[in-house]
Amino acid sequence: MDLVKGILMKIRNEIKFILNDRSISLIDFEVEQTLLDFLRLDQQMIGTKEGCAEGDCGACTVLIGRLTNGILKYESVNSCIRFLASLDGCHVVSIEYLSGKNENLHPVQKAMVEYHGSQCGFCTPGFVMSLYALWMENPTPSKRDVEIAVQGNLCRCTGYEPIIKAALSINKFGKPVFDYLNIERKNISSKLTDLQDKKCVVIGKNDNEAILPATIDDLAAMLKSRPNATIVAGATDVGLWVTKSLRSISPALFIGNLAELKKIEIKDDILEFGAGVTYSEIQSWLSKFFPFLENYWERIAGWQVRNMGTIGGNIANGSPIGDTPPVLIALKSEIVLRKGNKIRVLPLEKYFIDYGKQNLQQSEFILSVRVPLPVSNQLNSAYKISKRREDDISTLAAGISMVVEDGLIKDCRICFGGMAATPKRASITEDSLQGKLWCNDTFNKAVKMLDEDFSPLSDWRATKKYRMIVARNLLHRFFLEHDLNTAQPIQLLSS
Amino acid sequence: MTLIRKISGAAHSNHIHESATKHVTGKAKYCDDITEPVGTLHAYLGVSDVAHATIKSMDLTAVKSMPGVIGTITTLDIPGMNDISPTGQNDEPVFPVDTVQFYGQPLFAVIAKTRKIARHAAKLAVIDYDILPHALSISSAQNVGYPHVTAPLKLERGNVDKIKSKGSNQIKGEIAIGGQDHMYLEGQIAFAVPGEDDDLIIHCSTQHPSEAQHMVAQVMGIPNNAVTVNVRRMGGGFGGKESQMNLFCVVAAIAAKKWNCAVKLRPDRDQDMTSTGKRHDFVINYDVTFDNDGLIKTVDSIFSARCGYSSDLSGPVTDRALFHADNAYYYPNVRLSSRPMKTNTVSNTAFRGFGGPQGVLAAERIIEEISFITGQDPLDVRKLNLYGETDRNITPYHQEIKDNILPKLINELEKNANYRERRNEIKSFNESSKILKKGIALTPVKFGISFTATWYNQAGALIHIYNDGSIHLNHGGTEMGQGLNTKIAQIVAEAFQVDFDRIKITKTTTEKVPNTSATAASSGTDLNGMAALNAADQIKNRLIKFAASHWNVKEIDIKFISNMVHVGKEAFRFNEFIKMAYMERVQLSAAGFYKTPDIHWDRAAGKGKPFYYYAYGAACSEVSIDTLTGEYRVDQTDILHDVGCSLNPVLDKGQIEGAFIQGMGWLTSEELWWDDNGKLQTHAPSTYKIPLASDKPSIFNVELADWSENRELTIKRSKAVGEPPFMLGISVLEALSMAISSINNYKVCPKLDTPATPERVLMAVEKMQELIN
Repeated sequence: MDLVKGILMKIRNEIKFILNDRSISLIDFEVEQTLLDFLRLDQQMIGTKEGCAEGDCGACTVLIGRLTNGILKYESVNSCIRFLASLDGCHVVSIEYLSGKNENLHPVQKAMVEYHGSQCGFCTPGFVMSLYALWMENPTPSKRDVEIAVQGNLCRCTGYEPIIKAALSINKFGKPVFDYLNIERKNISSKLTDLQDKKCVVIGKNDNEAILPATIDDLAAMLKSRPNATIVAGATDVGLWVTKSLRSISPALFIGNLAELKKIEIKDDILEFGAGVTYSEIQSWLSKFFPFLENYWERIAGWQVRNMGTIGGNIANGSPIGDTPPVLIALKSEIVLRKGNKIRVLPLEKYFIDYGKQNLQQSEFILSVRVPLPVSNQLNSAYKISKRREDDISTLAAGISMVVEDGLIKDCRICFGGMAATPKRASITEDSLQGKLWCNDTFNKAVKMLDEDFSPLSDWRATKKYRMIVARNLLHRFFLEHDLNTAQPIQLLSS
Repeated sequence: MTLIRKISGAAHSNHIHESATKHVTGKAKYCDDITEPVGTLHAYLGVSDVAHATIKSMDLTAVKSMPGVIGTITTLDIPGMNDISPTGQNDEPVFPVDTVQFYGQPLFAVIAKTRKIARHAAKLAVIDYDILPHALSISSAQNVGYPHVTAPLKLERGNVDKIKSKGSNQIKGEIAIGGQDHMYLEGQIAFAVPGEDDDLIIHCSTQHPSEAQHMVAQVMGIPNNAVTVNVRRMGGGFGGKESQMNLFCVVAAIAAKKWNCAVKLRPDRDQDMTSTGKRHDFVINYDVTFDNDGLIKTVDSIFSARCGYSSDLSGPVTDRALFHADNAYYYPNVRLSSRPMKTNTVSNTAFRGFGGPQGVLAAERIIEEISFITGQDPLDVRKLNLYGETDRNITPYHQEIKDNILPKLINELEKNANYRERRNEIKSFNESSKILKKGIALTPVKFGISFTATWYNQAGALIHIYNDGSIHLNHGGTEMGQGLNTKIAQIVAEAFQVDFDRIKITKTTTEKVPNTSATAASSGTDLNGMAALNAADQIKNRLIKFAASHWNVKEIDIKFISNMVHVGKEAFRFNEFIKMAYMERVQLSAAGFYKTPDIHWDRAAGKGKPFYYYAYGAACSEVSIDTLTGEYRVDQTDILHDVGCSLNPVLDKGQIEGAFIQGMGWLTSEELWWDDNGKLQTHAPSTYKIPLASDKPSIFNVELADWSENRELTIKRSKAVGEPPFMLGISVLEALSMAISSINNYKVCPKLDTPATPERVLMAVEKMQELIN
């Protein structure tokens, strides 16, 4: 038991999880140790591969089974940027588990063999795991479903054609009901339930300390006593600090399993979700209440990263090219922050002060995000531009929202990412549109005002010139997209 | 009539990749998966963070004092030569003695108990530089008078100057072609295990074990026979492991001997991409004359390449660019020159196509430009200029083309892909569609097969049959996913008429087959397949002789059929027969050998027959572009490709599909971007974007020209497949170009440089719109 600022916590000094069919408990390990290194170096399980160590190639893909509201769900994740500590209470499934004890090929594996889905074979275990996750959820996927499931998997040999054919035929080789993970679902669920003892986990100390708070109160208290702590949610960004920049993250506060940060609810016409909600977890809510975001969401990273990464994290790290802030700002979102027992609410746009500088006090953390539901006559769009259409970082991103009443533009909100040191509203352009007639002419004039709002940088993603032209064109696209007189297709859709 | 069961995995059958089940189960072992001996140490490279400088001092105190560090390796620790130049030009040090020549150049290595410690420690070096001015691009290198890294090549035929001056239509143009990172999924790695005496065993992910062996020997100052290099498989190579593994091998070897421990060296992806070579960028200037029908009269082109700081393979790469500057077209008068420029960037190297793609792209751009001037369908200009089948068939290097099948192949694809009709539909779509525009293009490829370094066209194989009838197969080629081992095992299975599974394919090792050539230039099956067949035939002949005398039958009455050996009227199971042969003291092992006949090349004269034969193909691609953002999609691609009599149609299709997508990536989303300091900023998959599954053409039809048969006596009349289809990606680039040009009613060639990223497409769109206004 540990007394932190007057709060009495129940402490556990080990993490416990299930790896394939074995129970693992660890009391001492490096905070920065990744699941991939644990598998390959400690366990000599060499089937999972390291391709990039940054969550972009998928060769390291494994499945993580987690209980959410008592339901066990398996998701594909990148083991290369997944920290060992974050696995507490999870079921880790690696490629070694698929063939089972009798060494028969799994239906996913059979399909990949039969359809010649491997050439050099190095990316193959990762593809198999991603397709396994898809098949369990959706045994008869469309081609598009497959493309999305393997968005985070690179293959340099096959050109993907045979992999897609294999993926579409897995069900011929076996049904998910007979799959071991489904047969064992009850058993694993009860084992994972047993692991949830509502204790705060503390591993190590001093410069190698990992903490998994059991409650938000724990988190607030721990952050008070360790103001320099690194908060790790999905680790899709923090993971790279370690694997690429070799940074130390101790003391690290792992909040990915905190149920209180995973709440999603609609109240008073506001969608509120906890900062620990992942891109995947919010997806069905967005489809329902913000259907225009469906295509946009598919372009945020790859499936594995969407399964790990949180919107809270996307906001908290303050990046000028995060995918979610522009559209959330356009939708008038607010964030709820907590420090100790104090809570404050901030319009999201006020969070971003300058490059690397956010409106966040010491020991403060983001609790939740509030997004008002669209009112009637509200037109919304989100656009993302990147060098490669999917699984790429934004060259620029735009969120645009306007209410049009009696042919007049009201409540115009335009926010861009990648155009300034922070996600930034185009205030001058907005002013030029406010109250104006919804027509081509209005927009032709307005797009020119963007030059007053922005002076973007040139870098490896694009030149300043490209960013400016595209920003103007996207605003123009917004008009075309929502104007009733536009008959012809104006956007390339996914295949 | 008795039904004879066919053997499994015969030649020309669709046998699965020999490692497929190991791939999907994660049991296929790559270099990093080999069990490490106790006490294995880990090396990591310390690299420069300047592009060009004199090293004033290098202080490694902090590196050495980090807990867990065993020591460091610098130039002073090199026992033999400080050079790993693959062509013997002595211009590529393991570590530079005094001058840094590119950002990311390895300067030293640190050896530690774990890779993690070594990675951390490598960052602690304190290096003091005197900064020198640097030249990163081809033009800046030319402006400051940087030298060529190797002797340029000139190919000439006819009389360019005389015919050009006669006056006709002329275009003078330039195309800038970007490089490409290999982005093999398994990065570079070497793992050295010291043995007794001078001996070293190196496990390495390499396409060229013999070169790795020779480089380790050279750097260690020991004979080649002390070094063994092994590779079971690579997680992709694409040319990136033809010479680039040398550095990792020699550093691991030096450390292994210095501390008498096994030492592994595996860079992370950033270092792999920053510190190893890539496909050459080219700037190609062309000056072309042609008549009113679009028939080419003269071509006068200069091919300048960004070679990086050293020669590496830039000589043969830039040579091959010239060899393919004609692609499929007859140039009656032609002059082609290479300019292999030195730059302060990483030394560029082999990459699928080896300079050929840049040459082919120049040819296709010339055709495209002509079609804009004459107002023709580019396909008509292509057909008009194609090499003849019996005339108009001399290349710029004076080789006569005898096997041209492109007229038939192109016509077939044109018909099957419904090219003309779709082109018309696209044109009417473009008339009505304001924001989205479409384009279509059908482009061919002709690719010369053979190493232009003629001595490389040799191969060896080793086959043992053990006395239980199981067969051990080894050859000098390496498996990087292309299915080489599968095809060669099929050839051997066919030779002995035994099931594929009887054959054990074993790791490539310099111990079994010496002096091998790189598995490169698409030659793996052609060369090693013939060598394996030669070995099999030797054993078979001995077996036949043995049986003929043992059972007193005619040799002609001994037949190998479906796992049986028929001797006159008797028949034995293969393993029983082998056992008997063994008991009768028949040698059941043979080393096979092959050298490509009838090729020669006189580089000084620019004349010869460098290629044994040509492989052909064509692709038709349709794209849609978004004129507001420059984004695009490939809607459909139809490919018809020539692999002669395919040894394994399904593996060949896999090569074609993969090569097409890789070629498309090279020309579209894969952009290498160096900042002004010479630092490569696109050095990992987060910033360097190779195609995804969703980038594949929505409709993707790939067919083999199954009527084609190699005119030459290649292995089972098949043709090489690794590189030729890479160039089919050019159809995507030209389709993008057509879509862009539609804005200005197809009047002006957009002349896209590559890669045609959304930004380049949008800028070209903007230019077209300016032309209208």
